[in-house]
Amino acid sequence: MGSRHFVIIGNGISGITFARNLRKGDDKARITVISGESPYFFSRTALMYVYMGQMKWEHTQPYEPVFWKKNRIDLIKAWVKTITFESKILVFDSGETLNYDVLVLATGSKPAFFGWPGQDLKGVQGLYTKQDLEAMEAITNRPMERAVVVGGGLIGIELAEMLTYKKIAVTFLVRENRFWEQVLPEAESSLVQKHIREHEIDLRLGTELKEILSDAQGNVIAVITSTGEEIPCGFVGIATGVIPNVDFLKNTSLMIGKGVKVNSKFESSIPDVYAIGDCAEFEQPPGPGRRNLEQVWYTGRMHGETLAYNFCHEPVAYRPGIWFNSAKFFAIEYQTYGWVQPEPVDGLQDFYWEHQDGKVSFRMSLDQEGKILGVLNLGFRLRHEFFDKAIREKWSGEKVMQALDKGMFDPEFYAPYHLGIQAAFKQQIGGDIIPSKKSFFQKIFGASQ
Amino acid sequence: MRGIQGIGLFLFLLGMLVFTILPFLGSYRLSEAMVKNQVKEIHQEKLAELLQPLYGQNYPSTHAFLTAYSANFDPYNEELKAREAWDQVIWDDYGFALAKAAGEGPARSNPWTCLMLSIGLVVLGGVLFQFASSGSKHTSLAHTGVFHSSLKNRGFLGMLTGTYLIGFYVILYWFPAYLSPLVWMVEPIAQFLSGGPASQWFLYGLVYTLAIAVMGIRMVLKYRDNKYQQLRTASVIFFQTAFAFLIPEVLVLLNKPYFDFKNIWPLDYDFFYDYQIDTFISSGGLGLFMLIWGILLIVLGVPLFTYFYGKRWYCSWVCGCGGLAETVGDGFRHLSDKSLKAWQWERWMIHGVLALAVIMTGLTIVNYFSSFSLLGQVTNQLHSFYGFAIGSAFAGVVGTGFYPLMGNRVWCRFGCPLAAYLGLVQRFKSRFRITTNGGQCISCGNCSTHCEMGIDVRAYAQQGQNIVRSSCVGCGVCASVCPRGVLKLENGPEEGRIHEFPILIGNDSIKLRS
Repeated sequence: MGSRHFVIIGNGISGITFARNLRKGDDKARITVISGESPYFFSRTALMYVYMGQMKWEHTQPYEPVFWKKNRIDLIKAWVKTITFESKILVFDSGETLNYDVLVLATGSKPAFFGWPGQDLKGVQGLYTKQDLEAMEAITNRPMERAVVVGGGLIGIELAEMLTYKKIAVTFLVRENRFWEQVLPEAESSLVQKHIREHEIDLRLGTELKEILSDAQGNVIAVITSTGEEIPCGFVGIATGVIPNVDFLKNTSLMIGKGVKVNSKFESSIPDVYAIGDCAEFEQPPGPGRRNLEQVWYTGRMHGETLAYNFCHEPVAYRPGIWFNSAKFFAIEYQTYGWVQPEPVDGLQDFYWEHQDGKVSFRMSLDQEGKILGVLNLGFRLRHEFFDKAIREKWSGEKVMQALDKGMFDPEFYAPYHLGIQAAFKQQIGGDIIPSKKSFFQKIFGASQ
Repeated sequence: MRGIQGIGLFLFLLGMLVFTILPFLGSYRLSEAMVKNQVKEIHQEKLAELLQPLYGQNYPSTHAFLTAYSANFDPYNEELKAREAWDQVIWDDYGFALAKAAGEGPARSNPWTCLMLSIGLVVLGGVLFQFASSGSKHTSLAHTGVFHSSLKNRGFLGMLTGTYLIGFYVILYWFPAYLSPLVWMVEPIAQFLSGGPASQWFLYGLVYTLAIAVMGIRMVLKYRDNKYQQLRTASVIFFQTAFAFLIPEVLVLLNKPYFDFKNIWPLDYDFFYDYQIDTFISSGGLGLFMLIWGILLIVLGVPLFTYFYGKRWYCSWVCGCGGLAETVGDGFRHLSDKSLKAWQWERWMIHGVLALAVIMTGLTIVNYFSSFSLLGQVTNQLHSFYGFAIGSAFAGVVGTGFYPLMGNRVWCRFGCPLAAYLGLVQRFKSRFRITTNGGQCISCGNCSTHCEMGIDVRAYAQQGQNIVRSSCVGCGVCASVCPRGVLKLENGPEEGRIHEFPILIGNDSIKLRS
């Protein structure tokens, strides 16, 4: 393969996973990673913890600076202005240039703004980049009574938690009639909503942002909602989803849809140019139930792994396995394995259990034959390996229930929720399940289910 | 709640202030009878003579008294040393004993009042503060703000606390006479428990135990949704109070050897010292039991329990050093160094101390059985070097004094020879591991940040690799701070415990070995 020069634009999880795995498989390749955002790879998912004083910036960086030198991965901190695909040259906004043999676009995404009047005011922003974090810290360090968060998804709830840490009251505008409606079934939505309100968040469902108002200096002072209400505030966090960060590639010969159009091997419309992670848009969904745009941490990592593999071996098509995801809503953890539909689907059966304290729940979707399609759990932890296997091998719901103690992942001595779940399943769905025995410690300390 | 919090803090600080001022409130008047009482028989005559000029004099401060003591005593000793008359040199330090005997002051005349106004207020204020400040906090927020805190992020308050602790340890180990007024006020408790006088070590033991209890309450409140943390904390409070503090004192009351049944060689580095062995052998059945029990813990207890549960059974459930680290030190856990460099230092240092302890003990035993014909007094010098450098300076001054500077497990990580031994078992022959939950890691770094042992947990988790590290004390905080349910402390089959070539679940395109 010689020593081709691989240039990666973007040092997020996709680009860095690609670079690391390429180095493992190819000792000769020259590898350069470009980012204008930060000199080193950091974990975007940890931005909120830096804001809340739970981590320092350096803790977000999974590799020490010496790692890059040791692995001969050159890092350039610069923004790419244009790309001349014909002659394989990148032009930075400083005017300097860089030649490549293979270009990997891993530019990620950016917060979606929907043209609200006042969206460019000072104090209106998303939370995606290091610069977003710094801007948010600067603005919210000033005294402020209230902030408004727009968008009922994962970043929205993170913003609400962050602002709460700073003791800033939060009004949380969610367009849908329930929280994270595209993903969570109704019972889970309402469980999470209750939890959000317990944290004294003013949650407004079915409410949209109409307009943002400013003072004479251009600082945000209030928003107007779709119900016509004016809510005074000093900060507006926009979390209405993300879109691929591909503006600088528009109007070039590269084929762009929502993101960079790629086939199942991440090849774009131009030879030697690839796209992975949030900025890539597949021509065909990469698997049943999957979307053309995959914008989560885990898929970004898998794209990087797969493309690097393809440069070191006989290329394969990207084929993700059983779906999984996770998140955290204030204190309540969320995990899911396989497919659980947010709305009831004809012919499918859902088993749902909720703990009496209203902070823990378990749902299992079953097909017509009673075989597991997926699970969704709140407030406790389940074992990935167990459910990946159960779903892959199409276990019956009964078999899953019988072995559920092996699928638990909560710390030792935690409440044995699987006992309550097994009992409820027997009652709702039936089946010949012998509930798991309580452990020695659970007997001593009186396990509560 | 804020009001109660404020009152708690005020009482705590007031108690600390009284505790700090008390050592300065005292005057001293020595008599010949006191010298005869406090000094070993062979030294009585000489000391009574040397200290003649002090008798009947009033010294207004500890410092003045000690200066006068040194002025009269030191020249004698120095002269012997200059002549190399080693066997006549008085190695014992009578400064503390004489100061305690000769002292007068509020702590001696009103010990209970002084105790309540110092340690009592600290405990009361501490407990009030913990209850009030835990009010509405959710467990998930337990670690927020630590890097915005002056105390917990090496700010001014952190430096101040570190300096205070270091100062306390330096005085405790090398200038205990200055603490004698504080020892007076705990005298009644010592008399009650052991029937004997209080030493600076009794004072230290009492303060240590109370610190673990009060800050243990903080842990239980902080982790009120976390049974593992609560049980573990209850366990260290129990072992410290019963095994390290009460039982040894009661043994003394019953005229038995002072013995901590949970302390294990080589952390308990003087277990095989000649005078210890003599004590065991001369104390009848119980003494012999202590000797055998101690040896059984070393050869059977450590490997067996560590095989089944990992070193956590000791380090974060039983050990006194661990108990203090996990309670008083909990707020400083994130200050540990996670760099690769620190890990390299750690491995050299901790195994170096283990080697030193083993060699020293080996020589001691050989020497003992050869009736000191082989090495003579060399082992004594080795003992005093180890006691000074490792037992006092490293374990005490650095181990605890450096909490606010380098985190709460500096000693356990870099110095404890027992931790090294437990760690070797844990690494190579144990059922314990921290399981990584498939592909769920998002590399956020909370686990690594809050690991008190400086393990880069994330480096393993993000590859889908189980964490098997000799240093892990199994505190369980990585699992509790993880926002995605990725980590679980588990005991399980040895097979598949260590993933040499981990595979992240979720990508069917390739089976990647990362």
